[in-house]
Amino acid sequence: MRTRALIKRICQQMLRDKRTLALLVVGPLLILTLMYFLFNSGENASSKLGVVNIDKSTIQLIEKSDIVVKEYINATNRAITNDKLDGLLELKNGKLYLTLTNNDPSRSKELQMKLNQLLTAKFQQNKNMGMPNPIKPDIETKYIYGSSETTFFDIFSSILVGYFVFFFVFLISGIGLLRERTSGTLERLMSTPIKRREVITGYLIGYGIFAVIQTLIVVVYAINILKITVVGSICIVILINLLLAFVALSLGILLSTFAASEFQMIQFIPLIVIPQVFFAGIFPVESMANWLQVIARFMPIYYGADALKSVMYKGMGLSDIWVDILALAVFAAIFVTLNVFALKKYRKL
Amino acid sequence: MNPIVNVASVTKSYNKNIVLNDVNLIIEKGQIYGLIGPSGAGKTTLVKIIVGMENADKGSINVLGKKMPDLEVLQDIGYMSQSDALYSELTGEENLKFFASLFKLNKIYQKERIEYAARLVNLTDELKKKVSAYSGGMKRRLSLGIALIQNPSVLILDEPTVGIDPELRFSIWNELRRLKEKEGKTIIVTTHVMDEAIKCDVLAMVRNGLVLTSGTPKDLMESYSVSNLEDVFLKAGGKQL
Repeated sequence: MRTRALIKRICQQMLRDKRTLALLVVGPLLILTLMYFLFNSGENASSKLGVVNIDKSTIQLIEKSDIVVKEYINATNRAITNDKLDGLLELKNGKLYLTLTNNDPSRSKELQMKLNQLLTAKFQQNKNMGMPNPIKPDIETKYIYGSSETTFFDIFSSILVGYFVFFFVFLISGIGLLRERTSGTLERLMSTPIKRREVITGYLIGYGIFAVIQTLIVVVYAINILKITVVGSICIVILINLLLAFVALSLGILLSTFAASEFQMIQFIPLIVIPQVFFAGIFPVESMANWLQVIARFMPIYYGADALKSVMYKGMGLSDIWVDILALAVFAAIFVTLNVFALKKYRKL
Repeated sequence: MNPIVNVASVTKSYNKNIVLNDVNLIIEKGQIYGLIGPSGAGKTTLVKIIVGMENADKGSINVLGKKMPDLEVLQDIGYMSQSDALYSELTGEENLKFFASLFKLNKIYQKERIEYAARLVNLTDELKKKVSAYSGGMKRRLSLGIALIQNPSVLILDEPTVGIDPELRFSIWNELRRLKEKEGKTIIVTTHVMDEAIKCDVLAMVRNGLVLTSGTPKDLMESYSVSNLEDVFLKAGGKQL
């Protein structure tokens, strides 16, 4: 009942503060829309290519142009995804076939372009040397994910949806509780018989209601208005975003403990929120230095973005992303527990 | 009879700064107990320790026979902090209702208490207004109303009458007196205004974390053979130096 009173009060406060409410919803929509118009290309690192039935000299040529080559007797799409290849080049009945993973469309395009150049050069060379029936460089290209039409925004957007849900929930819940700390109302609250966990539960649910509404609006807007591709289930996309929002909520409340003013709360943004974007998969984590990859594992967004990308772009289901879901749940659980302890600052009991 | 509040050799320091130094207080049922002293003397810290919002480094605090901090005892303590801890987006009534819910008052009793508290602090006509539109004095009054909302047997008021006009101050003190006499409530008040101190049953003079002297205002004036409290305070302080 105390928790309910707290939830009711937070809702009343939020509904009176129209501007904050608007920021919570309009903010992510605005930035997503802007990004939608801005993005169309990206950049790259060294690619990994599988080959079947390709002669040694061609392989050497490919390796020279900074592409890692792995040979197979024969390979399925499964082998391509399992071995994290960017593509597979096959020679069947004298014709070349290229299967691109298209995990990252800009990467795929570059790989495709490089191979085209190499094979054309090789064809010319063989022809000049008077070799009979040299292999024609007409490559037939297939895609595992997406198509040749896939743009960078299609992948990027799935990550961004999660990121902005995270960012805005973090900001508003953090500052919401901070205001309560600086105005002395939290202290006043703690002089009543309310339990610490009741306070945290009330806060999580109170702000959680608005986080859920925000998440639903952002996801629906991204899918229906911005036409962001969702291959997998929309329900799972919403679930992942809700989890991210919950992590942001508990983290925001926790960090507000360490801020003495709104200004200090804003200082956490470049420290905590911005670095996460680098590990969200916009820059491929696999090609980072080892120690950076370790850091990535401590970023909630890393898991959220991976899950979103898997579901929205690759059409994977819950069974493929349960590790990500679990990781997010663990983050939330840790932050919530720390919150209950952090309130000891106001009352030891 | 057991004292309502028993503070025994309490010491508290922040970063090696001693705020309270071996403080002892015994407050009996039905007393208006005044803590008087300049700002920074340690009054607020002492009050917070009694409520259980701060932990004492040494010593013990018993309120209503229970060792503090204790959540159940908080149900019976009405606390008014020095700053007006109010939700400015909400109306006065919503603020009162929120705190009433925290003390788990049932609907009917809640309504009754809100009416009572609003009438006492003269805010009945302003209840529907948002707190952000309140004046400083009105906020102070609302804070006092909130402290009384659950009908607690112990009231702990930290500078309750700052920014309140003399007329209302007079009526608040009358009400405190009535609460003490008719309802047997125990009231702890901090103040640095001498003309309020004289209305207390027992006074403790606090300075630099020490209780310099305590007793009824009359006894204090007699024992220092002076005619007003201000002189008692100066003399007691002088003895310290």
